[in-house]
Amino acid sequence: MLIGSSSILMLRRVLTESVSCPLLPESEMQIAGIGGNVLRLTGHFAPRNHRMKKSILLCLLGALLTSRAETITLTVSAAVSLKVPLETLKAEFEKTNPGVGILYNFGSSGSLQQQIVHGAPVDVFISAAAKQMDELESAGLVLSGSRFVLLANSIVLIAPAGSTGPGGFEGLTAESVKTIAIGEPKSVPVGMYAMEMFAHLGLEAGVKNKLVFAKDARQVLFYVESGNADAGLVYGSDAIGSKSVRIVATAPVGSHNKVEYPAAGIKASGHPGEATAFLDFLRSPGAEALFKSAGFDTRSSP
Amino acid sequence: MMDWSPVIISLQTALCATGATLLLALPAARWRVKRHGPVVEFLDGVLLFPLALPPTVVGLVLLMVFGRQSPVGAALEAIGLTVIFTWPATVIAATAVAFPIMYQTAKGAFLQVDAELLDAARVFGFCERRILWQILLPIAWPGILAGLILSFVRAIGEFGATLMLAGNIPGRTQTIPIAIFFHVEGGDMSGALMLSCVIVGISICALFFLTRVAPGGMNPAAGKTL
Repeated sequence: MLIGSSSILMLRRVLTESVSCPLLPESEMQIAGIGGNVLRLTGHFAPRNHRMKKSILLCLLGALLTSRAETITLTVSAAVSLKVPLETLKAEFEKTNPGVGILYNFGSSGSLQQQIVHGAPVDVFISAAAKQMDELESAGLVLSGSRFVLLANSIVLIAPAGSTGPGGFEGLTAESVKTIAIGEPKSVPVGMYAMEMFAHLGLEAGVKNKLVFAKDARQVLFYVESGNADAGLVYGSDAIGSKSVRIVATAPVGSHNKVEYPAAGIKASGHPGEATAFLDFLRSPGAEALFKSAGFDTRSSP
Repeated sequence: MMDWSPVIISLQTALCATGATLLLALPAARWRVKRHGPVVEFLDGVLLFPLALPPTVVGLVLLMVFGRQSPVGAALEAIGLTVIFTWPATVIAATAVAFPIMYQTAKGAFLQVDAELLDAARVFGFCERRILWQILLPIAWPGILAGLILSFVRAIGEFGATLMLAGNIPGRTQTIPIAIFFHVEGGDMSGALMLSCVIVGISICALFFLTRVAPGGMNPAAGKTL
């Protein structure tokens, strides 16, 4: 239930003035009710005695309290590989910005992009690849001037902890490796980078019949963690955060496009100010340090 | 160029899963209607349970059973069988979610058969096997057929459990619903709509068959030929 800010102001005025003067002028009793209905207290409905005024005050106080509990909620759609550090940062941001709550929507960047294209009420978008943000930008959906590169990441080859697994990228074509999990290349950036890397290393044909395409980076990790896939390609930050997998190799520099996470506000957002504040917060030294400890590269690091 | 492999995979999966539910659910339902008591009722609930669970939970349970780190999965792997990420996994997932529908419908169909008719057959010296094939199944057939078609449409629409157990491998385990999901995720709306039309078409045909063509099926007026 939404109470407009003007009605909250009016309620506050009524509350303070009714404390100071014993009988309210009629004009002050116009209270903008919920949903815009104007409740006019006149004649015998106007508070005549103290008890009645007290009960009305209580009602107003109740309305005020419920309206005060209402905060602005920023919906942040973010690539699922950012889940751990962003969850930690949420509490920090909400502490320093009272009245603003963060609601995360994690998924593959392609899926989140499609939601925004189809009008999902999103305030901030953090993608795991430039492609999705580029497409939103050319569709005119991004808050102009708000886009920047938040983070960088690496692509690593992982195997279940304790398994022999492939010795390196070339080992992926070996008979012993039956299933390789990667992200679905069209919608999941980590899968797109993986395909670029396979092409660069000339492994495409050798791995073609072993690939299973996950719906996001987390699912790749899960497939390998559970031992159901013999190997997988995930972000370095994902692999660092998991105890059930071991990193076999890191994709060589230049074998795939740079893994960059662009962040931006969304034009349709009703709270561009708060969205910008959140984006600035993500760039703060404290947030950068946290991203670094979670295995990401920040802009200030090479 | 449109990739039609999901359509073929889905039809194969749904047909196999429907066959499997028939083979599993008919004996189970036959066994159930002849017995009473708390244990039977408990088992009844267990068999119907997948119907009450979200398919992702069914998928998770199947993953825990057939995953390569589970005892069953490891044993199968030892004899050279891998379930997870293979085509049979799509059949297992679809069978698991369609089974309760077949089971419940078959139970109802068996219960509707007049017990006196069966007793009369026994008086005439029919053996139980002959009663099953010549009396029980023919009379219960319209209900069983209804169960078959409902199982088929449930199986062909299966998504959650299939994605968990069979994964998304184009040309091998990518069924129509999974292909639609990834088309939408990748922004390919025309591909998603095309496949949606195909699956809607298949399901409408199946339901049309059920209500119009199949004797009795869901339309008692059409089944007066018995």
